[in-house]
Amino acid sequence: MSNRQLGAVMFAPAVLFIILLIGFPFVLAVLYAFSDARIGSTGFHLVGLENFRSILQSPSFRKALQNSIVFTVCAQAIVIVCSTILSMALEKPFRVRGLVRLLILLPWVAPVSLGTIGWKWILDSIYSVITWVLIWLHFYKPYSAPMWLGEPHLAMASVILVHCWRLIPFSTVIMLAGRSAIPKEIPEAASIDGAGFWRTLFHITIPMMTPIISVALLFGIVFTFTDMTVVYILTAGGPFDSTQTLPSLAFATGVQGSDLAAGAAISLFLVPVLVAVAYFMLRVAHRAEVV
Amino acid sequence: MQRGGFRTIGARIVHVSVLVVFTILLAFPFYWMVIATFKQNIDLYTVENNPFTFNAKPTLDHLRLLFGETQFVRWLGNTALVGALVVVITLLLAVPAAYALARLTGRWGQHLGIGIFLTYLIPPTLLFIPLSRVVALLGLQDTIWSVVLVYPSMTIPFSIWLLMGFFKSIPKELEDAAMVDGLTRFGAFIRMVVPISVSGILTVVIFSFTLVTQEFVYALTFISPESNQMVGVGIPIFLVRGDVYFWGSLMAACLITSVPIALLYNLFLDRFIAGFTVGAVK
Amino acid sequence: MAVVETRNLTKVFKEGELGAVNKVSLATHEGEFLVFLGPSGSGKTTLLRMIAGLETPTSGEILIGGQVVNHLTPRERRIAMVFQSYALYPHLSVYNNIAFPLKAQKVPREQHRTKVEWAAGLLGIGKLLGRKPRELSGGERQRVALARAIVREPAVFLLDEPLSNLDAKLRASAREELEQFHKSVGTTTIYVTHDQVEAMAMGDRIVVLHQGVVRQIGTPKDVYEDPADTFVATFLGSPPMNLVEFSDVIVGFRPESFLPADLLPGAKHVRFRYKVNYVEYLGAERVLYGAIEGRHFESKEIISRLSWTMPAGYDAGSVHDFSVAESDLRFFDRKTEKRADPRPYPWQ
Repeated sequence: MSNRQLGAVMFAPAVLFIILLIGFPFVLAVLYAFSDARIGSTGFHLVGLENFRSILQSPSFRKALQNSIVFTVCAQAIVIVCSTILSMALEKPFRVRGLVRLLILLPWVAPVSLGTIGWKWILDSIYSVITWVLIWLHFYKPYSAPMWLGEPHLAMASVILVHCWRLIPFSTVIMLAGRSAIPKEIPEAASIDGAGFWRTLFHITIPMMTPIISVALLFGIVFTFTDMTVVYILTAGGPFDSTQTLPSLAFATGVQGSDLAAGAAISLFLVPVLVAVAYFMLRVAHRAEVV
Repeated sequence: MQRGGFRTIGARIVHVSVLVVFTILLAFPFYWMVIATFKQNIDLYTVENNPFTFNAKPTLDHLRLLFGETQFVRWLGNTALVGALVVVITLLLAVPAAYALARLTGRWGQHLGIGIFLTYLIPPTLLFIPLSRVVALLGLQDTIWSVVLVYPSMTIPFSIWLLMGFFKSIPKELEDAAMVDGLTRFGAFIRMVVPISVSGILTVVIFSFTLVTQEFVYALTFISPESNQMVGVGIPIFLVRGDVYFWGSLMAACLITSVPIALLYNLFLDRFIAGFTVGAVK
Repeated sequence: MAVVETRNLTKVFKEGELGAVNKVSLATHEGEFLVFLGPSGSGKTTLLRMIAGLETPTSGEILIGGQVVNHLTPRERRIAMVFQSYALYPHLSVYNNIAFPLKAQKVPREQHRTKVEWAAGLLGIGKLLGRKPRELSGGERQRVALARAIVREPAVFLLDEPLSNLDAKLRASAREELEQFHKSVGTTTIYVTHDQVEAMAMGDRIVVLHQGVVRQIGTPKDVYEDPADTFVATFLGSPPMNLVEFSDVIVGFRPESFLPADLLPGAKHVRFRYKVNYVEYLGAERVLYGAIEGRHFESKEIISRLSWTMPAGYDAGSVHDFSVAESDLRFFDRKTEKRADPRPYPWQ
């Protein structure tokens, strides 16, 4: 058996598995989106663009699409700034660095659903610790503080907060890996050439880290844009669909509402973002390989 | 001289405060879980009480409730079983595939590898609707076998990618030597490459297992009976009765589940990151 | 023990490109230490890997012990190979490294210990058997690799630059050990190197390769004193042979035979006016870089190597009479760069 044949035999099972459980369902999702499939009824008919027409007209879909974009953009902007700062602070060794790193990482490494339920307790309508502190500081009178998850804008801010909380650690460790890959001589040479802290940061460090920052950003976009766990647990899309995102709306429509076709059509709106991310990821990978 | 001294002290203060602020913000929810776990309900649900201190004696009631009267242990067991099975399936499929792509298939192996890596970006929220039908057609609905079947589709792509990196870092001469010494190519893979890659394989084991514990969407969609749940869905969904949240037990469950997973993940973090960076860091 | 032979062996990696190895035909003698010598990219390692069965030839035949082995896998060829990095199995102890070929070849388990101990004893590493490869020094690793190679008493040894990872001092002693080792086991050995000193010191014969083609096969004395073409002439020897073009021939002479004229009494020799431009003082010898003046050789750099026993006074800028014994001149065809017959010296 030649190397090539042996290679084919060795990777065929994995590729087959991926095709059956990713490729085939994806095709099915597209098919559903153009059909009238519902839970409970076997078989379905193709109905053309009917589903897309109706969801595009639905206000909750438009709100969900808008939320998905707003959540992703806001969360990623905050995450990138914070994790750049945090990675700088964590770069040089100090005494309790290992412990600090573990504590900082907890939000990323713990299961999402459990971290989110922790936040649900922190943001509880009555027993919220934040409310207690604000009352203690006399910002609010007792029982007059806002309900964090009960008012549309605060609920949206809360979702963004939890996304940031969860992704800052991930982004930070990726950037740490990127920083440690910059040869120490380069910032040293810059300082000898007379560059100060800010000049080194903006003209040397950040440009050299662009590929790694883009990797962190691309993953961050996928994780926020396609996430449904945070929204589902924290607000279940409420109040009044104000925090609904594409995935959570797809779940509410397709699984809870039994309308597979509409749910699948909503999910498909994730695809353009994923394709764009994949494209940029390939570019990063390609560039890394050429260098 | 003085100015320089002032600046370094200033920089130190900034440095330390950045670390302190971020550490507190990021770790706070877990600290808060610890507090809630041991507080009596009367303390927990009195709005006037200072939430940061124990106003009544600490208690183990929530843990007793969690272990005695909920299905928490059952969920842990389900998750462990699914995790173990997914790990086995992932290894069986990903290890040979990664070796083939790293060593046997030449340049297009590299391209296929990146293609497989990209499938890792496909989220459950894109596929859960069609997969729920597939699972139903196979008669796996409401059983843990549904997620045993589906989870490897999330673990295999990234595992292949991680292992490809490991296998490529093994000197080719080792396999050549093994073949000259009397093994076939496949024998060299099994008896030489696999034992040498133990740490890479362990990384894949931890990655797959933690992913199983962290997943939420598929488990929520495929499984509805309480007793067949995975821990990541069971806690946030079934520890809530109607509108009543048993916050003490809920936080205890989160804590007990999260911390071991976090510690495990932390050990292998650097390897996962190496995989995540797609070669943008060399 | 066996003879290795290749017939028109060719390896083309990429279709349409020049072969890494082109129509190489050669044969070892029984029990010989044959060295493949060439610069990097000369195809010497590819040639060795084809003999080992690690690369598939594009065309041509490989014979071991008179049998065509093209279709055999490495494990079926009864060869042993020592790699550049030694390729010690990092997860196995020294004992298990040496025993590995026995296990892989399904030698009965009872024989393992005696064979491993025999091989380890031969190389003086009996005390290291419990260690892991990472706990060994460079020299020790080499010996373990050799022990692993010898343990199943192969028909042929293949060694791929086994000394190149050692530091200069260790390399000299390792070279000596390797020679002793070959003498004591007497197995046919093919040794690949880019280091001419190793090749000269160890080889019974040297195969000089360049761009996938055999340029010359011969004893170290042959290839040094009678190079087959200008490539061999300049590749061997440091500093290389001086080459001077004249009408349709190239005339070559070694720097050590280009000496002050008054030191070459008697024998027939050719005289030159030599202007020294630059002197390198190397302790045991001096290397002069300069040019021959007059006649047709203006500005061509010519090197002379003087041993420390010769008188001082050949400083930069000075001009002297130098000469070469006629018997030390080598002639090459200017077009083909191949060796040509001696001829009278038209410049005289």
